[in-house]
Amino acid sequence: MDSITLIAMASIVTAGLTIALGSIGPALGEGRAVATALSSLAQQPDSATTITRTLFVGLAMIESIAIYCFVVSMILIFANPFWNHIIAQAAGK
Amino acid sequence: MRLSPDEMIFWQYGLFKLNGTIVFTWALMVVLAAGSKLITRKLFTGLERSRWQSLLEIVVTGIEKQIEDVGLRHPKKYIGFLGTLFLFVALASLCTIIPGYEPPTGSLSTTAALALCVLVAVPFFGIREQGLGGYLKSYVEPTAIMLPFNIISEISRTLALAVRLFGNMMSGTMILAILLTITPFIFPIAMSVLGLLTGMVQAYIFSILAAVYIASATRVRKPTPESDAER
Repeated sequence: MDSITLIAMASIVTAGLTIALGSIGPALGEGRAVATALSSLAQQPDSATTITRTLFVGLAMIESIAIYCFVVSMILIFANPFWNHIIAQAAGK
Repeated sequence: MRLSPDEMIFWQYGLFKLNGTIVFTWALMVVLAAGSKLITRKLFTGLERSRWQSLLEIVVTGIEKQIEDVGLRHPKKYIGFLGTLFLFVALASLCTIIPGYEPPTGSLSTTAALALCVLVAVPFFGIREQGLGGYLKSYVEPTAIMLPFNIISEISRTLALAVRLFGNMMSGTMILAILLTITPFIFPIAMSVLGLLTGMVQAYIFSILAAVYIASATRVRKPTPESDAER
């Protein structure tokens, strides 16, 4: 198996695995956050605006972990430096 | 597959490129500045006010209330910076309805620039409120061992702000582009509605996080007569 095939295979498999495993944690975390927010809303409906605002801020922080994994996977697919290097090398030969 | 509006070149002269990010950012700036200037040319109090003036008043008082809820007293000092952040990011994602438009916040340069503005603004407001010594002393709270960790947390907060906004905007436009090649009519419309929603939420999150960082930097550490009188 030559280098081009190896790099392509590793990039694609890693990109898929990154986003697949990387979305599990944030999804579970967001589920727990929303569940706790709903139960505290049921207990104290008067502070609904504060709870909702804090919930959104917390969700954004949790979501950013999934965004980091997404960005890594996009880099591997579209802006992969190893792929660009090996293609430039193969074209130069 | 275009990764960001940086790659849309409108005009090129040697090394100087006019790409999509610059053109759309300037268009947004012109809309916000010229629109506000036109509306506030003649301000009324009472029933003669125009609906545009009412719109601006709703927006400004809404942002002021949010800033006050976060814990910043005297929101008028901060509303210039925080309100601009919110309005720019919100308008950038709202205009995706217009065909041919790509949000400039989908490019890492724009979001990095906005995050750097927040990185500079936090010490600026902190020093203005507490003086240079008081602000620098906050870095060695609670003990001096925490100094490197506080510095690292400042930098990673800025990085997280930039990547969060960039990732959300870029993923919205990319999913739309991919779906347009698969199922042309109904599904991309649903996804663009979702993109609008996440754009608005991300605009709110960006400005609220900036407000929270500024609030933690300008927090009063000794009880003052003002805060005692409020209680």
